[in-house]
Amino acid sequence: MLVLDRVSKTYPNGVRALEDVSLQVAAGELLVIIGGSGCGKSTLLRAASGLDTPTQGRVLLDGITIAAPHERIGILFQEPRLLPWLRVADNVGFGLEGRPRAERDKRVAFAIERVGLTEKARVWPRELSGGQAQRVAIARALVTRPSVLLLDEPFSALDAFTRAELQDHLLDLWDEARPILVLVTHDIEEALVLGSRIAIMRSHPGRIAGVIDVPLPRPRDRLSAAFDEQKRRVLKLLDSTLKRQAHKAPLHDFQI
Amino acid sequence: MMISFQAVGAQGELRKPALARILRPALGLIVPVGLAVAWELAVKLGLSNGRLVPPPSIILSTFADLAATGELQRHAIVTLMRVAAGFGLGVVFGTLVGAITGYSGLMHRLIDPTLQGLRAIPSIAWVPLFILWFGIFEKSKIILIAIGVFFPVYLGVMGAVLSVDRKIVEVGRVFRLSGPAMVRRILLPAVMPAYVISLRAGLGLGWMFVVAAEFMGASEGLGFLLTDGQQLGKPAQIVAAIVAFALLGKLTDWIIASAAAPFLRWEDAFARR
Ligand SMILES: Nc1ncnc2c1ncn2[C@@H]1O[C@H](COP(=O)(O)OP(=O)(O)OP(=O)(O)O)[C@@H](O)[C@H]1O
Ligand SMILES: [Mg+2]
Repeated sequence: MLVLDRVSKTYPNGVRALEDVSLQVAAGELLVIIGGSGCGKSTLLRAASGLDTPTQGRVLLDGITIAAPHERIGILFQEPRLLPWLRVADNVGFGLEGRPRAERDKRVAFAIERVGLTEKARVWPRELSGGQAQRVAIARALVTRPSVLLLDEPFSALDAFTRAELQDHLLDLWDEARPILVLVTHDIEEALVLGSRIAIMRSHPGRIAGVIDVPLPRPRDRLSAAFDEQKRRVLKLLDSTLKRQAHKAPLHDFQI
Repeated sequence: MMISFQAVGAQGELRKPALARILRPALGLIVPVGLAVAWELAVKLGLSNGRLVPPPSIILSTFADLAATGELQRHAIVTLMRVAAGFGLGVVFGTLVGAITGYSGLMHRLIDPTLQGLRAIPSIAWVPLFILWFGIFEKSKIILIAIGVFFPVYLGVMGAVLSVDRKIVEVGRVFRLSGPAMVRRILLPAVMPAYVISLRAGLGLGWMFVVAAEFMGASEGLGFLLTDGQQLGKPAQIVAAIVAFALLGKLTDWIIASAAAPFLRWEDAFARR
């Protein structure tokens, strides 16, 4: 169980990126976070990963406080962030150094195959397309078999077709190992295709406005009436969140 | 239809660059070779006596004579040793100080302004002072060369360390790299391309400064051949020494470039496209 316990983060410049955010994600759950640009989603993931320490509150994984990056927590950044001086296979195996060569090779080969890039294993990152690079980054995050995987808008820069393909990849991977998965997105359809639950964030300061269950059976059919109905439900919620936010927020929050 | 058309097109495209690859460098040779031949002819035909500007054949034979007596090698080795010592010193200090000021903001604010101030001084201006301090022999020469090498290496390393992508460093943090592992697996490879460029720039300056150093009084070295040629009125010897400088400069630069090549293969993959 991953727990964010009343986490607040104020940046040195005074921006209150998170205020009093509490979340609980159980093992095997896939939580999707949606919210407007700049509302604090990346800040939340970075705090959950231990990369940044919250100003207040704490992050717990199965009761252990997370104050620095932890081997059981993997994070996938918004950009692939591949190391340009390592070939694809070595990028994927980056987190496995120190393990026996044979084991490493086996796990790397498996992870690369899982994202469908076996024929690109010996290629430099610069020779990859954007979608391929992102898939390598996914393989790199998964190869250490983290029990928590935090994904920051992993597919937002991709075209609709690649995105759907990678969403399916991700669901397959999640099905196999059942890690805790927290995924940030701007895309309501993506949230509904992937999420067991959806957390909606509001901004200034960043807070969780509400968390809803997604009562759709898997595999999910984007074209079904039930899917459409859920989409309308989420849209309505987002709308009212925005309205409440506009209503409540003092004027200066909207000045730039 | 479509396929065969493309195949022919692809072959035609392949053939063209192959030819161009041979021809393009050859184009660059036309002017210098043409000038050399023209000058050679002009002297042969008696249009000029070629005393102050010796024709290529005289330069070649002077070069060959100097090489045959072993003179050339002796002077070249002395100069090479000076460059090697000065380059080594300059690289060691440039790398250390550059890494420190690049890494630590405090050290940067403390040291960098002074070094930038010193850098503004034309290094040759130090020569009289160095002679007073270190004498006229090897020490002052090597220090002058080292200073010439120091600045490009210092600037290159500092800039490279400063511009290491924080996002890539975070990848290292996510995988919980220790300090030394972070240096070895992230920082070193990241600064490598800029470092090699700064080494090559430093080497170029090293060759420039060895000439200045040998002008300030030397009984050996290629720079001595230059001043000796001037005093004895032997322009062919001067040009032969210049040719030797050019060859050695190119050779040492090539050594650095090829020693670094295995570490920069990932960049090559990019450049080749
Ligand atoms: N390093 C930082 N220093 C200061 N302020 C920051 C920093 N990072 C983010 N912020 C601010 O904190 C707020 C939340 O930023 P964050 O990156 O978490 O938003 P986000 O929800 O991920 O946005 P997006 O959807 O555009 O990625 C923003 O107002 C941003 O300007
Ligand atoms: Mg973000």
